[in-house]
Amino acid sequence: MNDQTPTATERAEKLQGLGCARKRVEDARFTQGKGNYVDDIKMPGMLFGDFVRSPYAHARVISVDKEAALALPGVVAVLTAADLEPLNLHWMPTLAGDKQMVLAVGKVLFQGQEVAFVVAEDRYIAADAVELVEVEYEELPVVVDPFKALDPDAPVLREDIADQKEGAHGPRRHPNHIFTWEQGDEAATNAVLAGADVVAEAMIQYHRCHPCPLETCGCVASMDKINGKLTVWGTFQAPHAVRTIASLISGIAEHNIRIVSPDIGGGFGNKVGVYPGYICSIVASIVTGVPVKWVEDRIENLTATAFARDYWMQGKIAATRDGKITALWCHTTADHGGFDACADPTKFPAGFMNICTGSYDIPVAWLSVDGVYTNKAPGGVAYRCSFRVTEASYFIERMIDILAIKLDMDPVELRLKNFIRADQFPYHSALGWEYDSGDYHTAMEKVLKAVDYDGLRREQAERLAAFKRGETRKLMGIGVSHFTEIVGAGPVKNCDILGLGMFDSCAIRIHPTGSVTARLGTISQGQGHATTFAQILASEIGIPADSITVEEGDTDTAPYGLGTYGSRSTPVAGAAAAMAGRKIRAKAQMIAAWMLEVHDDDLEWDVDRFAVKGAPERFKTMTEIAFAAYNQAVPGLEPGLEAVSYYDPPNMTYPFGAYVSVLDIDVDTGEVEIRRFYALDDCGTRINPMIIEGQVHGGLTEAVAIVLGQEIAYDEDGNVTTGTLMDFFLPTAVEAPHYETDHTTTPSPHHPIGAKGVGESPNVGGVSCLSNAVNDAFRAFGHVHAQMPHDHWRIWKIAEGLGLHG
Amino acid sequence: MAKMHVKMTVNGKAVEALAEPRTLLIHFLREELNLTGPHIGCDTSHCGACTVDLDGKSVKSCTLFVGQANGAEITTIEGIANADGSLHVLQEMFREHHGLQCGFCTPGMIVRARRLLAENPDPTEAEVRFGISGNLCRCTGYQNIVKAILAAAATLNAEKEAAQ
Repeated sequence: MNDQTPTATERAEKLQGLGCARKRVEDARFTQGKGNYVDDIKMPGMLFGDFVRSPYAHARVISVDKEAALALPGVVAVLTAADLEPLNLHWMPTLAGDKQMVLAVGKVLFQGQEVAFVVAEDRYIAADAVELVEVEYEELPVVVDPFKALDPDAPVLREDIADQKEGAHGPRRHPNHIFTWEQGDEAATNAVLAGADVVAEAMIQYHRCHPCPLETCGCVASMDKINGKLTVWGTFQAPHAVRTIASLISGIAEHNIRIVSPDIGGGFGNKVGVYPGYICSIVASIVTGVPVKWVEDRIENLTATAFARDYWMQGKIAATRDGKITALWCHTTADHGGFDACADPTKFPAGFMNICTGSYDIPVAWLSVDGVYTNKAPGGVAYRCSFRVTEASYFIERMIDILAIKLDMDPVELRLKNFIRADQFPYHSALGWEYDSGDYHTAMEKVLKAVDYDGLRREQAERLAAFKRGETRKLMGIGVSHFTEIVGAGPVKNCDILGLGMFDSCAIRIHPTGSVTARLGTISQGQGHATTFAQILASEIGIPADSITVEEGDTDTAPYGLGTYGSRSTPVAGAAAAMAGRKIRAKAQMIAAWMLEVHDDDLEWDVDRFAVKGAPERFKTMTEIAFAAYNQAVPGLEPGLEAVSYYDPPNMTYPFGAYVSVLDIDVDTGEVEIRRFYALDDCGTRINPMIIEGQVHGGLTEAVAIVLGQEIAYDEDGNVTTGTLMDFFLPTAVEAPHYETDHTTTPSPHHPIGAKGVGESPNVGGVSCLSNAVNDAFRAFGHVHAQMPHDHWRIWKIAEGLGLHG
Repeated sequence: MAKMHVKMTVNGKAVEALAEPRTLLIHFLREELNLTGPHIGCDTSHCGACTVDLDGKSVKSCTLFVGQANGAEITTIEGIANADGSLHVLQEMFREHHGLQCGFCTPGMIVRARRLLAENPDPTEAEVRFGISGNLCRCTGYQNIVKAILAAAATLNAEKEAAQ
C-alpha cells in the first residue's frame, strides 16, 4: 500500500492550496460571455427606472410637473420626494451618520442630484419621459471651494441641519462644517516644530477622483406581494449590510429581504454606498407590483455616485540637520460634497488618515481633519484603498521627498534613516496604531538593488547635463515610495459601519462524498474569491480546491459579513475560512480516532488525512472521514460535517511595499513616458501568486490614471467638467506601462494563515511613487511640489514656471 | 413607435425581428437575442465592452442603430468557440495568463483580440497594445491581456505551421 501512496508533497500539490498559482474557476463563464451581471437579469413584466437629475449645483426646486411624462404611452409612474415622504423614504441614512435626499426635497445640492424617478415599460421610453418632466429651479449661490465653505458669510448648503450644533462626529461650528477629527498630541508636536533644526512645509492636495468600475451601479428590485418578500439583485459590495439597512429604513422584516450581489463588474469602493436608485427601484416595485430595474449610465456614475479623495493636506515635518524626523503635523480639509456619505467606520470620520506617519518612526505627531459640505456629489469612498489610506500615504511620501530637498539629501537615504526597524514591531505609532509586523529595510534594499538605484541616479545626472547642453528636451524623474497600508477592518471593538460590527464569516459544508460548499460574507468583484478562498480551505481541510465551491453574495444563503472593500476579504473573511476549516478538522480528528480505534491525541494531520503517529500507513483521508461523519454513528458526536466561523480580527493587518518608477518627461509637451515601474509588495503569506500579481498590475494602473490625469473637476458654477470617459482619464493599453513585480514575505502574526491583503496596496504605493517621480524630474531646477493630476498641461506649466521653455 | 424589419446573421444563425429604428445594436443583441456577453460600460464609445465583430470589423455595438446592422454578419463572444465546441485559443489564453478579473470587459476584449489577430497574425507587443486601445479594462492593467493575446498568436501560428 505504501508503494502506491503518493508522497506528502504530491498530495499537497493535488490540493492546489496556499501558494499555488491556481487558474481561476471564474474564468470559464467570463471568457464565454456567460457572466451574470445585474443588467443581464431579465424578469417577466420588468419595468425600467431612470432619473430626472438636476442641471444645477445649488438651486431651489420650485415645482416638478409630471403631466407630460405621465401622458407618454408606456410610462407607469413618476416618483418625486412628495411620493416618498408618506413612506418616510424621501431621505435615507448615509454610511457616515448623515442623511441624504433620495429625491430632491425642496432643493438640490449638486449637479446630477436625483430629482424624480421615472418608471416605464422599457429603457427608451423611460429616457424619453425623463426629458418630459418639467422642473422649475431657482438658482442659489454655489460653493465649490472647501475653504470658502467655512467663510462666515458662505451660503448655507444644508438648511435641514443649519442649526444643528452637534453632528454624527461631534460639534459643528458652521452650517457647512461636518466634523473635526483630531488625533495625537498637538502641544508636544508644536513644541518640537518650534525648536526643530529643519521644518519642511507644504500643502498637499489629493484631488477628487472616482473609482469608475467598468460596470456602473444598478439593481433589480422585486417585491413579491403574495409572500411579502423583497428581493434585490444589485451591485453591492456589502450585501448583508444593505439588507440590514434596508430592513431598518423600510420596516420590512430582515428575513423577508433577500439581497443578492450577482457577478460584479469591478467595484473599487464605488459599490459600497447605498444610492437613491436602489431605494427608488424598491419603492417602484412595491408600488407597481412588478420587478423594476435601474442601471445608471456612465455620466450618472461619474457625476452622482461616490467619488474618492478630495483632501487638502497642510503638512509640517520636523527633522534634525542630519535627517532624523522628530515630528509630523497635518491639518486636512476634506471636501465631502453635499451630503456626508463617506464610507468609513463610524469612529473614524476621516478613515484611517492617522496612518499618515507611514513607514517611519516618528516620535510625535498631530492630525486634525475638518470635513465640510460643498455643492459637489457625495461620497468619499475608499477607491482601491483602505479608508483614506492612499491620502495618508500620499501625504507622508510627498512630505518625505520635500523634506529631503530641504535637507539636500537623497530621498532614499532619508527613508532608510527613518524607517521603523524590524526589531521595533509590534510598533505603536504616534497616532495610535499598533503595526503588527514589517521589515521595511529589507524590502527597500531589495528594490534598490534590483533597479540599480545608484546607476539610475547617475543616468539622471547625465541626462540633466545633456539637457542643459541643449542635447535633449527630456528630463528623467525617479520616484521612490515606501507605503504602509492598514487594512482588514476590523476589530468590532473599534470598527463598525452604521453600528454594524466589521467581522466576517465563512460557513463550510462538507458533503458525504467529500466535496465542499463554502459560503462567505464577502463578495468578489473580480478578485477571484472563488479561486483563492478554496485554496485557503484546501490547505486547511485537505480537500482539493477543485472540489470546493465558494459562494458569496446571497443573503439567504451566505453567513453574515460586512462585505468586500478596504482589502478586508483576505484579512477577515480569509481568516474566518481558515478558522472554520480548523473546526472541521477538529471534528474530523475525533471521527478518524473512532474509525482507527485510537485516541485523538495519537493522530497527526498529514496534508489530507489523519494518520496514527509513528504509523503513517494507518490513516483516514478527509474523504473517508466525511462519509463516516454522515453515515456511521460515532459515539458522542452529532452526524454531519459542517462548521461556521464568525471572525473578529484582533488587529488590522499592515501590508507594505517599496516601489521605484522611472519617467521621461518632455518639457515642451508635458508628456510622460513611464520607462520602468518596479513594485515590491509584502502582503504576508501569499495565497495565489498569479492573482496577487494581477491585483498589483491593476492597482498600479489605477495609480497611473490618478497621477497622470484622472480627475472629477468642477467649474466655479459647480458643473462637472469631466463627466464622461471623453474627459475622465482611464489609461488604455497604450498608456499603461509594463510592470516588474517582486515580493518579500512577512506574515501577519495574528492572522490564522499570516495573510495581510494586497488588492489596494499598489494604488496606495503607486500614486506617491509616480507623483514623486514627476516632481523629482524638476528637482534640479529648484522645484519642490506640484499638485496632481500631473497631466500634460500641468506638467508643461511646471516647466514654464521654471523658465525651461527659454 | 413604428418598428422596422431587420435581418442579420448572428453567430452563424439567421435572425429576423421587428425593432424600433432607434434601437442600439447592443440593446438588440442583449435584450432581443439574449446575448448578454457584450456589455455596456459607457455612453461615449470609449470603453469597448460592447465590441462585436460586424462583417469582418470590430465595432462598438453601442454606436450603431440596429438598422445599420441590417443584412450584416455579426459575431459576439457567444459565437467564437470552435466548431467542435472547444474554446477559442484566446479564451484559453486569457484564462491561462490571468487576462481577466471582473470579466466585464472580457467579451469585448476577446472579440477585438480575435479580429486583431485576423488582421495581424504576428503582432509585436506594441501592436497588440495599440490594437486593443479601443477597449478599456479597469482591473488588469492590460499586462496579462497583452501576454494572453501574444500567447494566442503564437499558438495559432504554430498550429498553422503544423498544418502546412
